[in-house]
Amino acid sequence: MLPANPLHSLLSGDYPRSRVLAATLFIILVCLAFAPFLFPGSQPINVAAKICVFVILVASYDLLLGYTGIVSFAHTMFYGIGGYGVAIAMYNFSPTWSAMGIGVVAALILSMALALVIGLFSLRVRAIFFAMITLAVASAFAILASQLNEITGGEDGRSYRIPEMLRPGFRLFDEPVLGVMINGRILTYYLIFFSALILFLLALRVVNSPFGRVLQAIRENDFRAEALGYRVLVYRSIANCLSAGMATLAGVLMAIWLRYTGPDTTLSFAIMIDILLMVVIGGMGTLYGAVLGATIFILAQNYLQVLMGELSDALAAAGIPLLPALFHADRWLLWLGILFVLSVYFFPVGIVGKLRQLRS
Amino acid sequence: MTVATATAADNATLPKVKIDWLPAMLVPILALAALPLVGSFSTWVTLTVAALAMGMMIFLMASGLTLVFGLMDVLNFGHGVFISFGAYVSLIALGPLAGWVASDNIGLNILVLLACIAVAMLVTGGLGWAFERIVIRPVYGQHLKQILITMGGMIVAEQMIHVIWGASPIPLRLPEGLRGAIVIGDAAMERYRVIAVVLGLLVFGAMHVMLNRTKIGLLIRAGVENAEMVEALGYRIRRLFVGVFIAGSALAGLGGVLWAFYRQTLTAGMGMEVNVLIFIVIIIGGLGSVGGCFVGALLVALVANYTGFLVPKLALGSSIMLMVLILLWRPQGLYPVAKR
Amino acid sequence: MSDAMLRLEGVHTHIGRYHILHGVDFTVPRGQLTMLLGRNGAGKTTTLRTIMGLWQASKGRVIFDDRDITALPTPDIACSGIAYVPENMGIFADLTVRENMILAAREGEIDPHRLKWIFGLFPALEKFWSLAAGSLSGGQKQMLAIARAIVEPRQLLLIDEPTKGLAPAIIMNMIQAFKELKSTGVTILLVEQNFLAAKMLGDTVAVMDDGRIVHRGEMAELAEDKVLQQKLLGLSMDAHQ
Repeated sequence: MLPANPLHSLLSGDYPRSRVLAATLFIILVCLAFAPFLFPGSQPINVAAKICVFVILVASYDLLLGYTGIVSFAHTMFYGIGGYGVAIAMYNFSPTWSAMGIGVVAALILSMALALVIGLFSLRVRAIFFAMITLAVASAFAILASQLNEITGGEDGRSYRIPEMLRPGFRLFDEPVLGVMINGRILTYYLIFFSALILFLLALRVVNSPFGRVLQAIRENDFRAEALGYRVLVYRSIANCLSAGMATLAGVLMAIWLRYTGPDTTLSFAIMIDILLMVVIGGMGTLYGAVLGATIFILAQNYLQVLMGELSDALAAAGIPLLPALFHADRWLLWLGILFVLSVYFFPVGIVGKLRQLRS
Repeated sequence: MTVATATAADNATLPKVKIDWLPAMLVPILALAALPLVGSFSTWVTLTVAALAMGMMIFLMASGLTLVFGLMDVLNFGHGVFISFGAYVSLIALGPLAGWVASDNIGLNILVLLACIAVAMLVTGGLGWAFERIVIRPVYGQHLKQILITMGGMIVAEQMIHVIWGASPIPLRLPEGLRGAIVIGDAAMERYRVIAVVLGLLVFGAMHVMLNRTKIGLLIRAGVENAEMVEALGYRIRRLFVGVFIAGSALAGLGGVLWAFYRQTLTAGMGMEVNVLIFIVIIIGGLGSVGGCFVGALLVALVANYTGFLVPKLALGSSIMLMVLILLWRPQGLYPVAKR
Repeated sequence: MSDAMLRLEGVHTHIGRYHILHGVDFTVPRGQLTMLLGRNGAGKTTTLRTIMGLWQASKGRVIFDDRDITALPTPDIACSGIAYVPENMGIFADLTVRENMILAAREGEIDPHRLKWIFGLFPALEKFWSLAAGSLSGGQKQMLAIARAIVEPRQLLLIDEPTKGLAPAIIMNMIQAFKELKSTGVTILLVEQNFLAAKMLGDTVAVMDDGRIVHRGEMAELAEDKVLQQKLLGLSMDAHQ
C-alpha cells in the first residue's frame, strides 16, 4: 500500500504530466509566492497581482469553454459584477471587512442568478445563438453600468478605500523582513495570492470530480450524454453558474488590489478578447493552460511592449520600411493575435497540450 | 410562414397562400406610431429619413453575414473586418479624385462616391476570397473553432489597419455637393442620407431579383435549406459558397464606405463597434433571410433614432430590448428559413 | 456494357468511430428494380448514401456503369446519371414545386412531354405547381421528391423508403407510379420496409443485416419461401402490410 500522497489530493489527481510543464508551473508558483521579495518595486508586484487575478478569471473561463464546450462572451460581465460589488460596498459604507463581505456575497448572488437565467434561456439553443446572445447581454450590461451614474459612478468608475489592514500605510511589523517593509500592500498581495491559489485548486477539484467528467462527456457529444440519462441543460447551467461565480471572485480580488472599479477595467470587450487569447494559447480544457496563458499574456503586455519598442526604433534607425510599424510597441496585440490564430489551427490543445504531447 | 396544409385527397382545394406581411408592416407601423410621440412632423421626417439611411447601411453590412451563415453554416465573427477595410480603402480612391471631392457638381460627387465604393468592393471581395481560403476553409463544420478563429482574424486585421494607416482617427470629408440638406417646407433631410437610402434600396432590389429570378439565386435559396440535397442534385455548391462569401464581404465593404462617410471619421475599430449591432439585426431578421435582414435593419435603426430623440438614456440599449421582444414573439426571427 | 448497372465490391463505411458497413457486396442489374430490404439499423440508408458519395467508403469499390465512382464528389456522381431520393425527401420547402423541379432539371428547361407524363403519374403536382413545396402533404412531398428524380431521364434511381408514413391509398398510388416507371426501362434500387410494395415491385432482392448482405436473389423466390422470409426479416412478408 502506498502512503497517501498529499500532492495527489491537492491537485485532485490532475498532474502536469510533462516535466517541462511541471517545472514551468513550479517556477511561476515560486515567483508569485515570493514576488514582493524577489522583485521589489511597485510595477513587478502589480504584474504579479494581475497574473494571480487573471489566472482565476481565465481558469473560470476554461471551465466553461474547455471543459463544457460553451462559448460565452458574457464573462467580463461577471468579472465586473464582482468588481462593482466591492466598489459599491466600499464606497457607500465604511471600508470594513463586514461591508466587503456583504458586497462580495451580493455580487456572487447576482452573478449566479444572472448566469442561471442566461443559461436556462439560452442553452437550449444552438451554440452560435448562445454566443451572440451573450455578446448582446454583455454589451447591454456595459451600457447599463455606464448609464447608472449614481450607483456605479458611470464612465469614470468608482475609487474607494479598503479595510485598514490592506492600506499602504499599515505596517504589520516595524522592521523590514528580508529587506521589504510588510505594509498593507504586501498583505493585500498575499490575500490575492492565497485566494487565487485556493480557488485554482478548488477548480481542479471540480473538473476532476464525477461532475467534471460528465461535463466533458457533454462537451464531446451532448446527444449521447442526454441519451445516457444526464440532463444536459442542468449540468450546463451549473457549469455556467460555477464559472460565473469564480469570475466574480476574480473581479473582487482585482477590485481590492486596484482600489478602483470602472467600465474599462472590467467590462470592456478588449478584456474578453484578452481572456480568449489567454485560454487558447495556454491550452483549453487543461486549467494549467490558464496559468501559462495568463502569465505569458500579462508579461507580454507589460514587458514585451518595451522590447518591441526598442526593436522598432532600431529598425527605423536602420531605414527599413514598414517593419518599424509592424514592431511598434502598440502592435503587441497583432503578434498575440497571430499567435492566437496559429494556436487554434496548429495547437488546438495550446501550449500545455503541446508539452504533454511532446512528452509521450 | 403559416399556410393551410392540404388533405391527402388529390381533389382538395388549393391552400390559400398567405405571404407573411406582418413583420414587414412593422416598419411603417412603427414609423407612424412614433409620429404622435415625436410631435412635430418636420422633426419626424428628419428622424425617419436619418433612420432609413442608417438602416440601409446596416442592412448592407449585415446582408452578407446572414447569407453566409444561412448557406454555409459559418458564423464569421470577424465580419467587421470587411467593413473597416472597405472604409479605409476608399482613401485610396479619394486621393486622386480630390478635385472632384471639392467640386460642387453633384454628378461628380456621386461619381467619387461610386469610385470609392468600387475600389472598396474590389478590395474587400478579394480579402473575402483570401479569408475564406485561409481562415474559414480549414474549420468548416467546427463552430467553436470558427468563432475563435474569426475573432482572431479580426484582431489581426484591426492591428494591420493600424500598421498601414496609423493609429489615430482619420477624418473623411463628404464631397461638397453632397453636404447640406434638402428642405421641403419645414422638414430638412440631409442630402447624403437620401442618397444612402436610394443606394440601399437599389442594392436590395438587385439582391431580391437575383435571389428570386435567377438560377444562382435558386441554388442559394435551396442551399440555405439543404446544401447536401443540392449537391445530390448535381451542383457543386462549394464553389457557390466561395462566391457568396466574396459577395458578402464586398457588400460589407460597400456598407463600410457609406458608414464612413456618414460618420465622417475613420477609426480602426469601426467595424468591431458595429459587429454587435449586426448580430442583433441578423438574429431579429432570421439567420439566412435577406428579407428578414432588411426589415430587421430598418426596425433597429428606427427604434434607435426615435429613442435617441425621445428617451436618450435608453437609446443604446434599445436595439437589445427590440431583439428580446421580437424573440419572445418569434423565437427564430422574423422570417425564419425552413431548415433541414 | 455489362449486365450490372451498379456493383458494390467489399464496401466498408465508417461514420466517426462507428463501423457501419462491413464489406457490402452486391449487384444491381440493368433495367430491373432491385429491392434492398432489412431491419432498422441494418445499414440500408448508409449504403445508399455511400453510393451517392455523401459518406465516403473507407474500403472497397462502387462501380457504376463500369466506372469507378468510389472517390468522386457527390455532384459528379449525380451528374454521371444517378438520381437520389433520400429518406426525408430533401424537398426545399421554401421553394415552389416548380422551382424544385427546375433545380432538378440540370439541362435547364423541363421537357414538356416528360412533364405531362409526370403530371399523369402525380396529378397533385400540377395543381400545386406555383405553391411553396412546404405546403404539400406528406404524400405529395414524396411524389415531388420522386418527380424531381425523374424530371430528366437518369440511368439509376436510388430511392429510400418512399412509402414511409403514408396512408394505404397513397401507397397504392405510389406502387402504380413505380410500375409505370419500371416500364420505361430505368434501373432502380429501392429501399423499403413495406413488404407488399417489395413483393409487387421487386425483380431482384438483396437483404441486409448488421452492415452486410445476407441474401441475394430473385424476388419471386423469396416471396415463395416463407421460412427464408422468417429467417431473414423476422416475419412473413404477408404479415406486414
